[in-house]
Amino acid sequence: MTIGVVVFPGSNCDRDVRWAAEGCLGIPTRFLWHEERSLEGIDAVVLPGGFSYGDYLRCGAIAHVSPMLSEVAAFAARGGPVLGICNGFQILTEMGLLPGALTRNRQLHFLCEAAPLTVHPGACQWLRHYGEGEPISLPIAHGEGCFQADADTLAALEGEGRVVLRYAANPNGSVGDVAGLCNAQGNVLGLMPHPERACDPITGGTDGSRLLASLLS
Amino acid sequence: MTFPPVPRFQARVLVSLRPSVLDPAGEATRAAAQRLGVDGITRLRIGKAMEVELEAPDLDAARSQIERLSDRLLANPVIENWCLEQLKPAEDAGS
Repeated sequence: MTIGVVVFPGSNCDRDVRWAAEGCLGIPTRFLWHEERSLEGIDAVVLPGGFSYGDYLRCGAIAHVSPMLSEVAAFAARGGPVLGICNGFQILTEMGLLPGALTRNRQLHFLCEAAPLTVHPGACQWLRHYGEGEPISLPIAHGEGCFQADADTLAALEGEGRVVLRYAANPNGSVGDVAGLCNAQGNVLGLMPHPERACDPITGGTDGSRLLASLLS
Repeated sequence: MTFPPVPRFQARVLVSLRPSVLDPAGEATRAAAQRLGVDGITRLRIGKAMEVELEAPDLDAARSQIERLSDRLLANPVIENWCLEQLKPAEDAGS
């Protein structure tokens, strides 16, 4: 099992993902520069947090046309596990792998705090080690985490059990308290909270560790 | 031997948030207008204007390139609308 961590100009959580995976769980990682085109030997892909391309145009908009992400889209279509964290979630919506969009937080503030969440794993393979309705706490750190989707899209997501992470106290105005979504097949997960920052006990909590541990059999 | 110059065009694309999408930055600006003493502002939404120059065989081809660009990159149809506000031959065309 090797996790590919896609690195864009402006990514800043790539090394956090490496520490969480390798340092805390012993899962090897490889950095994948966004201009590369090969996923050979990669078993799972993480799009890390940060500000790819300085969030120019819209967050995730420029990253989504990079060569590596064409490969990631094909990898996801083949059922490969793909995880988008924060900016990575924004990129997944820009790619169309997940519906909706992430916009400016309701109160305009950049939020950097612990967020209480409830997990609804459904068919999401990344969340298979969590219980239905389980309360957890993960750090959030974003200025544009307000999830928006029209009422029909949100109703469909709810009906299909794809709203797999919800804020217990909505911090940013997201419709439906959406903190994380997965695709219908369950292999693509996008979330605004940072599970990789909650794997090492010295960071104050390890509620995120089972998410990456889902890759271990 | 000289080649005829490729026609050049300039376009202006306006991107705005869909009416149903929350615009907290626009709302904060509206509140600031009030504090400034500019009364009567009942709605203020923030969008983007993109000025684009391009080469294309003719105006129709230029329009179709701009439409493709706007649909696929300049605007995110989930939250934004766009309109082609202006498309005309570049002012320094032929120079």
